[in-house]
Amino acid sequence: MTKLKTFRIGGIHPNKYKITTDSPIIDAGLPDIVTIPVKQHIGAPAKILVQKGDKVKVGTLLADADGIVSSDVHSSVSGEILKIEETEGEFGYLEKMITIKVEGDDWAPSINRSDDIIREIPFSAEEIIAKIREAGIVGMGGAGYPTPIKTTIPENRKIDFLIINGIECEPFLTADDRLMVEKAEQIVIGAKILNKALGIQNAIIAVDENKPHAVEILSRLSKSYIGVNVQVCATKYPQGGEKQLINAVTGREVPSGKLPADAGCIVQNVGTVNAVYEAVLKNKPLFERIVTVSGDACLHPANFRVRVGTPASFLIEKCGGLTENTAQVIFGGPMMGTSAFNINAPVTKLTSGILLLSDKLAHKAPAGDCIRCAKCVEVCPVGLQPFMIGRLVRAGMLEETREFHPLDCIECGCCAFTCPAHLPLLDYCKLAKAELKRKK
Amino acid sequence: MLKISTAPHLTTNRDTRALMTDVIIALIPAALVAVLFFGLAALKVILTAVAGCVLFEYLAGRYWFKTGNTTRDGSAVITGLLLAFNLPSSMPVLMILCGCFMAIVVAKLCYGGLGKNIFNPALVGRVFLFISFPVQMTTWPKPEFLNLWSFDAQTGATTLGILKHLDASTSATALVQGTSAESIPAYWQMFVGYTGGCLGEVSALALLIGFVYMLWRKVITWHIPFYYMATVFVITAVMWLLTKDVRYEPLTHLLSGGLILGAVFMATDYTTSPMTKNAQILYAVGCGVLTIVIRLWSAYPEGVSFAILIMNALVPLMDKYAKPRFYGSRR
Repeated sequence: MTKLKTFRIGGIHPNKYKITTDSPIIDAGLPDIVTIPVKQHIGAPAKILVQKGDKVKVGTLLADADGIVSSDVHSSVSGEILKIEETEGEFGYLEKMITIKVEGDDWAPSINRSDDIIREIPFSAEEIIAKIREAGIVGMGGAGYPTPIKTTIPENRKIDFLIINGIECEPFLTADDRLMVEKAEQIVIGAKILNKALGIQNAIIAVDENKPHAVEILSRLSKSYIGVNVQVCATKYPQGGEKQLINAVTGREVPSGKLPADAGCIVQNVGTVNAVYEAVLKNKPLFERIVTVSGDACLHPANFRVRVGTPASFLIEKCGGLTENTAQVIFGGPMMGTSAFNINAPVTKLTSGILLLSDKLAHKAPAGDCIRCAKCVEVCPVGLQPFMIGRLVRAGMLEETREFHPLDCIECGCCAFTCPAHLPLLDYCKLAKAELKRKK
Repeated sequence: MLKISTAPHLTTNRDTRALMTDVIIALIPAALVAVLFFGLAALKVILTAVAGCVLFEYLAGRYWFKTGNTTRDGSAVITGLLLAFNLPSSMPVLMILCGCFMAIVVAKLCYGGLGKNIFNPALVGRVFLFISFPVQMTTWPKPEFLNLWSFDAQTGATTLGILKHLDASTSATALVQGTSAESIPAYWQMFVGYTGGCLGEVSALALLIGFVYMLWRKVITWHIPFYYMATVFVITAVMWLLTKDVRYEPLTHLLSGGLILGAVFMATDYTTSPMTKNAQILYAVGCGVLTIVIRLWSAYPEGVSFAILIMNALVPLMDKYAKPRFYGSRR
């Protein structure tokens, strides 16, 4: 047996809790009201094009990208715009959102709604990138980096690998897994489209070994597509991290402070690739995504196809409601997701899961003293020394942390997960990062 | 009400107490061997040391340093066990308690308790006793299998003590004529622990079982014990091959004295060992070199305790200068 590929330093093996691996994707249906944030990406919020009282269709452009690092936002439902104002997000912070009252399900006529798979790509690289931009596609793995920027390669860079990220290393989440099983061919064609946009013939779909079903289907399909291959990786967290995946698949490292393109790689999440397929060949903007609703306090875990802007509480109701023993609701995965304050907050392009955790899992023991066990150093996938950053931050010596490179931290949380003294090591790291960025 | 917290929302349940419990479990085989070969006298030493350490940790933490009850993390039990493992079975109770006081109160709590002490507490306790009560600390009851009531057993020398008293000429002839070399125990005796010495250090087998358990439970990594023992083995092997002198016999050095106990349980102490892999390797090799230097060229037959304590003092320096390469830094 050959040793499966994985990244070189650090990493952990948390419990998988993949309860919904075999639950087919079901349509979540339409809520009465959706609230669509105008900023669902890294960069500037989109400029709002509509007004209160306007009637919109599914796929109508609501807000236009403001500058290069920004993204279009489309309506996910048909109906009337009720209000455009600051609304509470999942954290309780106010964000500009467009609230739409849902009336019927009237799609824009330009969208091809048939289920037929289109295999021909009659577009040039520029046309493909323009279509991706118009569809408002952003990195759906969680970072929300606008995809058109990623696919536009700077003059002096040469891209060797397009890596399609099907790792989904977060516990509980199965949205990408289900998508790979049910939309395998669309993803393979999406990879071909991106190959064409980048001018290469080398897409690698990286899937980890705990998704045998997806591996089997994708391997079979990729045989009939030139330039698309499947790479099975060992299961380890945080393999889905961009830098870790590049290291696992190619053995390369992204230089500190640089972009993946500097290592000759582009990484795209499988959800994003599916969205690229739909945008380029079906004219469908990004307004829905797959969301796993799960958790040890969730009565009926499931994978849903959800319109952007759907309140999380609507999905939680579909899965049996907020149970008595729910202690915490997480948007995203339990390792890197955010703990929700407001469960009426909407699902965005980046929400991969809604998790209901019981007190057993959500319980955080009080922090003790560092016993210098060196486990944080051992598990850090970047090779940092989290205990040292933590010690300096606690002493108020934020500037001195620079020597320990907190800016290279990918915020995966391996250090805090593994700390036997339950020290909030990731929080210390984030604090040091914020301070160093402010001073830069 | 929903709980709000920062990521990660899952944490391991392997807390400090769980890790310490695993170390205690890993020490049990060696404790059993000690009782098997040195009788109930060994049990008396072990219980005295553990009780003394826990009691001092409780009393000093509560009434002197006002840090509260810190005995719950289990580290005082380990210190007690390790201190007992470094004593001969005939050690008087009051002396053991003196060692406990030095280990827990002076070497650990005075520095701020678990995680902040510079020197391995059990080794400080042992070295203190060794310097204060040299006669009692070097009186080695002979092992007697399953003779539980051997409180006044015959005494003999340890393997390293025998080696120390050989001089170059006698050892060379010993090898030829096979006379005085007979007093050195056979490998199997040293491996199972049927040899004179401190309680916990005699049985390589029991210690290695504990080592494998700790590796399996991911309490420690293999690096420090491996590099420590390998350094000792390689240096003595080279010298042995060059001189054919029985005093340098590598397997004897590996199996005798406190080397395995020190390499597996003392040098790997979380608090007093380096944090990064590079520094850990440097530290382990340093321990190995110093052990051999002290064993072969100092007045003492055994050097593990001193070697580890000296390297403990260098840990901050090694941590500072042996930083690992991080992802994306220039090669």
